[in-house]
Amino acid sequence: MNEEILFYLFSTLMLFGGSAVVLSRNPVNAALYMILALVSLAVLFLTLDAFFLAALQVLVYAGAVMVLFLFVIMMLDVDLRERSRPNIMAAALGLVTTGAVVAILLTWVGEGSTIRPSVGSVPTPGNPLAFVTGSKAFGYALLTKYMLPIQVAGFLLLVAMVGAILLGRRTKLKSSEGKDGS
Amino acid sequence: MDGVLGIEEYLVVASILFCIGLLGVILRRNVLLILMCLELMLNAVNLALVAFARYSGNMDGVILTFFAITVAAAEVAIGLAILVALYRRRKSIFLQDLNLLGR
Repeated sequence: MNEEILFYLFSTLMLFGGSAVVLSRNPVNAALYMILALVSLAVLFLTLDAFFLAALQVLVYAGAVMVLFLFVIMMLDVDLRERSRPNIMAAALGLVTTGAVVAILLTWVGEGSTIRPSVGSVPTPGNPLAFVTGSKAFGYALLTKYMLPIQVAGFLLLVAMVGAILLGRRTKLKSSEGKDGS
Repeated sequence: MDGVLGIEEYLVVASILFCIGLLGVILRRNVLLILMCLELMLNAVNLALVAFARYSGNMDGVILTFFAITVAAAEVAIGLAILVALYRRRKSIFLQDLNLLGR
């Protein structure tokens, strides 16, 4: 019963936050509504018994990613409000396309199972990759079945860091550095 | 817990959130906001993945969401760095100013 209340409350909040991101004129407001949507999504993860993922969602998305967005909004320091209204034709086409996608997705969602499998809190030796609430299953899965993907993910983060530093430095800096070096 | 909340509720919410994000990508003219709406779409897919994982009693969907969050963090860092470089060169982040065809 409590799960249902949480689900309906926070899915409403999440959809409200998402719509406000699309509709708000000021990017700072949009970023704050985005944080609302992401934290509500973390609560929806909680109702699905994915506790570690909910913590990760708050830490990585609502924490790091949105701070990065707000930092860039404030660093650019220009009037970021949209000057022109969107093209009527493009808006109508976008609404029709989105409505069609909603209709297709909602007809696809048929009668699913309402019975949740019962979950334990730690992985069992018999079926170590079954859904459990504890974060121990993450460690087990990441170090056995997903050994290669986690190495690739680590390398991806390194590449992203180097790429962001390279893209973010000023081009003037490079020429002055060349003068200093020579 | 009492089995009333089925998987279709989660899928409906995820679909609606995905389409809100899609609408934002189509309608907005600000590259920053388009990136945000892309994140919204990615999060909708994450919700569907976790719901599938929970109702099938399998850990794979949750692990995939874990990797999706990792990749999204890297993607945002690179995307915003490209955005800043673009703003330095063009002095604008609006799509109508970045149009290279038909000017």
